Amino acid sequence: MIKNDVAFKLGGEAGQGVESSGMGFAKAIARAGLYIFGVQDYMSRIRGGHNWYQVRVAERQLYSHEPHIQLLIAFDERTVSEHLHEVVEGGGVLYDDTFKVDADAIKAHGAIPMPMPLLTIAEEVGGNKLMMNTAAVAAAAGIMEFDLSYIEQVIRDNFGRRKGSDIADRNIRVADAAYEEARKRYAHLFEWKLEAVPNAPQRMVINGNQALGFGALAAGCKFVASYPMTPASSLFEFMCAQARRFGIVVRQTEDEISGLLHCIGAAHAGVRAFACTSGGGFSLMVESLSLAGSTETPVVIVLAQRPGPATGLPTRTGQEDLLFALHAGHGEFPRAVVAPGTIEQCFYEMARAFNLAEKYQMPVIVFTDNFLANSIRAVEPEAFDVQKVAREIDRGKLILPHEHGKIEQAVTNGYRRYEFTEDGISLRIPPGHPKAIYSVAGEEHLPEGFIDWEETAENRNRMMQKRMRKMTVAAHADMRLPEFYGPDDAEVTLVCWGSSYGPVLEAVDTLNRNGMRANMLHFVDIHPLDWDRVADILGSCRSWVAVEGNYTGQLARWIRMNTGLKADGVIARYDGRPLNPTYIIEHLNRVLTRV
Amino acid sequence: MATATVTMKELQSPVEPTWCPGCGDYGILNAVKRAMVQLGLRPHEVFFVSGIGCGSKLPDYIRANGFNSLHGRPVPIAQGFKLAHHDMKVIIVDGDGDNYGIGGNHWLHIMRRNPDITHIVQNNMVYGLTKGQYAPTSMKGYVSTTSPEGTIEWPVNPIAIALAAGATFVARGFSGDPKHLADLIAKGIQHKGYALIDVFQPCVIFNRINTYDWFRERIYKLDEDPTYDPRDRDAAWEKAHEWGDRIPVGVFYINEDAPTLEEQIPALAEKPLYQHEIPPKAEELEALKRAFM
Ligand SMILES: Cc1ncc(C[n+]2csc(CCOP(=O)(O)OP(=O)(O)O)c2C)c(N)n1
Ligand code: SF4
Repeated sequence: MIKNDVAFKLGGEAGQGVESSGMGFAKAIARAGLYIFGVQDYMSRIRGGHNWYQVRVAERQLYSHEPHIQLLIAFDERTVSEHLHEVVEGGGVLYDDTFKVDADAIKAHGAIPMPMPLLTIAEEVGGNKLMMNTAAVAAAAGIMEFDLSYIEQVIRDNFGRRKGSDIADRNIRVADAAYEEARKRYAHLFEWKLEAVPNAPQRMVINGNQALGFGALAAGCKFVASYPMTPASSLFEFMCAQARRFGIVVRQTEDEISGLLHCIGAAHAGVRAFACTSGGGFSLMVESLSLAGSTETPVVIVLAQRPGPATGLPTRTGQEDLLFALHAGHGEFPRAVVAPGTIEQCFYEMARAFNLAEKYQMPVIVFTDNFLANSIRAVEPEAFDVQKVAREIDRGKLILPHEHGKIEQAVTNGYRRYEFTEDGISLRIPPGHPKAIYSVAGEEHLPEGFIDWEETAENRNRMMQKRMRKMTVAAHADMRLPEFYGPDDAEVTLVCWGSSYGPVLEAVDTLNRNGMRANMLHFVDIHPLDWDRVADILGSCRSWVAVEGNYTGQLARWIRMNTGLKADGVIARYDGRPLNPTYIIEHLNRVLTRV
Repeated sequence: MATATVTMKELQSPVEPTWCPGCGDYGILNAVKRAMVQLGLRPHEVFFVSGIGCGSKLPDYIRANGFNSLHGRPVPIAQGFKLAHHDMKVIIVDGDGDNYGIGGNHWLHIMRRNPDITHIVQNNMVYGLTKGQYAPTSMKGYVSTTSPEGTIEWPVNPIAIALAAGATFVARGFSGDPKHLADLIAKGIQHKGYALIDVFQPCVIFNRINTYDWFRERIYKLDEDPTYDPRDRDAAWEKAHEWGDRIPVGVFYINEDAPTLEEQIPALAEKPLYQHEIPPKAEELEALKRAFM
């Protein structure tokens, strides 16, 4: 028997509840004190097609999914044919007994066919064939002998305890029946079991987008304006759902141009604001990004990547927009680019993005992608330290218009919004106070804010230098160098950024278990950086291979551009699927034989 | 509404306008200042947002808060600002190319939302700053460097579009009559909701057709007609299509009953957003955590 170390996959058509069932099952397992890692894959269609949800379970924290599974739970016939090859020796394939499924093929593959009367139970016990997904999840629990009460709790949470509504009760009856039947038939054949961990603490089950939203709230973000685009939409929707509770303003604008400009307006008034979008929407924002740069307006943009070009693969994942974000905008201006790699980092980096934006009065781009945005993990609630975020709030040289005393003190000789200073950062007083009346311009301006009608070379140079000085200050004072994970005398270093963190981390662990010394160098902060120190760090590596979700090795190029150092190889995945440890190890072997 | 006394001198900016002598934008600047004086609006209580174009330089030429933004983009900036600081008077000043051309989509949507923002569009029916190309408002057949054989497009009808899109205050003024224009602007500022004031602004350099005289020969004032009721939408619709020998100016339409955007947002009920305390209470965040368990 193998206890608490299993991966299963639910598959079916869009509209069959694959995601909600997978999510519900994962939540039940997390409540039983286990760690989970859940990842979804869906097509850009509302009905039909093929979707799946994969959950890995263990008693230790998990950071990635893997391509192999022990139990396949099929809501339709296609799921069996598409995913049978992923099922390990001795694993099970659970499906409705009315499906046309080739049980012999399953056996030939070395797995156990587990037909079940799921539809019949749903209809006869629950009175509704839509409850088949409840039956399937409960049957899976029966096969793994997982305590059904956790699933019942989730059903109650989802369908409510409303009086007069017996939906929850009927689902629970369906679950009981399916559970018992599956346990009787297959539990003794299936090696992998799930057992609650006694006295385990309560954990949150949360995905990357929700963690970004949580971080924004904790950091005092009060304004969001966006236009829906996958995979940023769920972050936008999360903020909409929290608007009333947290007293924030969330606006769905006519397009992304307007979204970012709304944020620039709100930020100009002294409010923490962010916009979220994907590549196409970010393209539209580029002109306004430059305006934020010129007017030194602090705004945060979450760039949730999906593969391009153009509309690309709308529901899949990639890391293709790094160089675009680093260079987006006409002219040269300060910006910061950060890319959290884990759900915890999503929370903290989003909060920190507002500090960077306000401290340096510049736009900050926070990267995520479909993989990180939608994958779920169980995390300790203490991992989201809201008090720490509150303590670290840094609004820089900001005085709000109603802080009269402070303004009286600071403005003795007239207010100059773009005063030349040593660190390049000027006092920021949003409009509204009689002592600080000023006009700002995207056009090159004077320290007072007025357009520089004479366009003198001297003012232009001083203004450019003032703005760009902030980058040097930020690189040394605030930006963090990439961090190693794994042994420090590694033969090979896997260099990655953002969401690749989890898959690379687990790949490194596996490599070291198998006798190859490897480590990871993960970049969260990408710009600005102290590149001399990055060069030293990379120079100390025996060899380094970039692992990226794009074709051209964009981080490797960025590093080469800034340090002159060339990667020994690039593991590039651009098929729209997330990286996983097995994929990385396979490709590493290929890259290394080529080196 | 503020009741302080404000003088024209107080509104004087240290920056001298760079407009061509005789440009219609001077009349608009004058009217804007007069309106502020009439209403007793002090410089720190007003926020001007402009785009790019000759007339969009206005925020530099008046002593008040201003934001000279991008071509076609002042409308969303103004909305974001208004939502963050709703006790400030927000006035957008931009050109016809800015608002009816490149920013057309933003304009359509601000009218649906009805924020308490006043919008002055300097309509010279040509592109001034880029030296004389035809504008979306140029009359059919207008000859310019980019329409050497005359435009083949119908001009935008700002008044009709505003009425169709649900604008709650729709007016047209003439920069050759700054007193009348000042009245319109003051009414627009006092109006609770979005106020469009389309202003005929002769460009004395590039538009040789729609000159001061051309407008003077044609325009007449709606407010001088005692039978005209600006609350009557059908009447406004009819007047919106009057063009040619007689062109109406004045207030076409007012709807005082629509709620503003800001009034409908719960977060803004107590005080302006920028004054909210941050971060939220830790208990609220802890409660949110429990929702994930
Ligand atoms: C995105 C973009 N496209 C084009 C321009 C060039 N441009 C500047 S002003 C202008 C037109 C101005 O016309 P209008 O808004 O009517 O103002 P006017 O100069 O006539 O007052 C154009 C096309 C620009 N600044 N930005
Ligand atoms: S070009 Fe026309 S609009 Fe521009 S300043 Fe001169 S007269 Fe005025």
